[in-house]
Amino acid sequence: MDLVISLSLGFIGIVLINNLVFTKFLGCCPYLGVSGRLDMAFGMGLAVTFVTTLAGTLTWLIDHLFLIPCGLEVTRYVCYILVIAGAVQLVEMYLRKFFPPLYESFGIFLPLITTNCVILGLCLFLNIWGIKNFLEAVVLSFGAGIGFTMAICIMAGIRETLEDADIPECLKGAPITLITAGLLTLGFMGFAGMIK
Amino acid sequence: MAENQPTIVSTLRGGLWDEIPVLRLMLGLCPTLAVTTGVRAAMTMGLSVIFVLICSNVVVSLMRNLLKPHLRIMVFTLTIATFVTIADLYLKAFMPDMSDKLGAYIPLIIVNCIIIARAESCASKCGMLISAVDGFAMGLGFTIVLCFLASIRELLATGKLFDIAIMPDAFVPVAAMAMPVGAFVTLGLMLGAVNFLSKKKS
Repeated sequence: MDLVISLSLGFIGIVLINNLVFTKFLGCCPYLGVSGRLDMAFGMGLAVTFVTTLAGTLTWLIDHLFLIPCGLEVTRYVCYILVIAGAVQLVEMYLRKFFPPLYESFGIFLPLITTNCVILGLCLFLNIWGIKNFLEAVVLSFGAGIGFTMAICIMAGIRETLEDADIPECLKGAPITLITAGLLTLGFMGFAGMIK
Repeated sequence: MAENQPTIVSTLRGGLWDEIPVLRLMLGLCPTLAVTTGVRAAMTMGLSVIFVLICSNVVVSLMRNLLKPHLRIMVFTLTIATFVTIADLYLKAFMPDMSDKLGAYIPLIIVNCIIIARAESCASKCGMLISAVDGFAMGLGFTIVLCFLASIRELLATGKLFDIAIMPDAFVPVAAMAMPVGAFVTLGLMLGAVNFLSKKKS
């Protein structure tokens, strides 16, 4: 029971309080680049969630079962990036086989998930936070993906509405998106301290 | 070799003005927002990026005739990962405080879009010297933007730059500048200013 409670709190923590987009500034490039459409944002978010769960768990396992016991921490970053690239390749093959229209609509974004900061950032933060428990690593990886999906969907929804607003010419596009993101960050700061 | 290879001067101009990383190329936003709380951190990050950019550009340029098209992104990323490991170990050994402050953002240079984009668009096509100059110019442009943003944020958040008090005593520090809000909003306004200036020019 304690384990379930601590896992749930960890999940809520990474989705709301330590959201990787709003507090750690990860994933800003797709955040701005993804079109202002809600359905594409949601699809991208789901793909990222799948990759984060897979990559986060695998890198944690490799770290604890192989790199640390053999004293090979120097190769950590190279290993992480190889695992992430492999996971993205898997997702790409799966989508191309079973959901061709979705694969077409993603275009260049899918391979770009490899260079998405969220995934490598998550693996690094799992390392920095010293997560010792395998289940916790899985839950946090999944939560990070869900947090990113939530952030990107909120942003897509706001951008869809912003298209009809009267924005000054020089602020159209990226500037107003960044300012909106800043205000969203301010809103999410209200969750800080929610979990002791 | 191709006739319209870029010259050293045009490469320098490109990196420092025409295609300056964060403001024009719109890449590498994650570290820009994350490390610009102080000018020292921004400069350390900038110098690390210059080092990784020059080294990876040179290595990719030396390998450019051996690259298979569908594997090239992987090769770029592995090269960059090696040099980032070197930079990270150097910082951990000789500047441990700065390394702690920058935390995960030094390894995140691996997925910094600027470096991969430059490897793709310049180093895999040009000779070693041009690639090195391009790496230096882009890195320098990135560092300048980072330091500019960091100085605005540090000045408004603490009233000091490099521990020298610049704002008068009556100045009330704007704490929001040290938080994510300040980062996003300042960068958005800076981008808006750049857009405004380029529209005025044309």
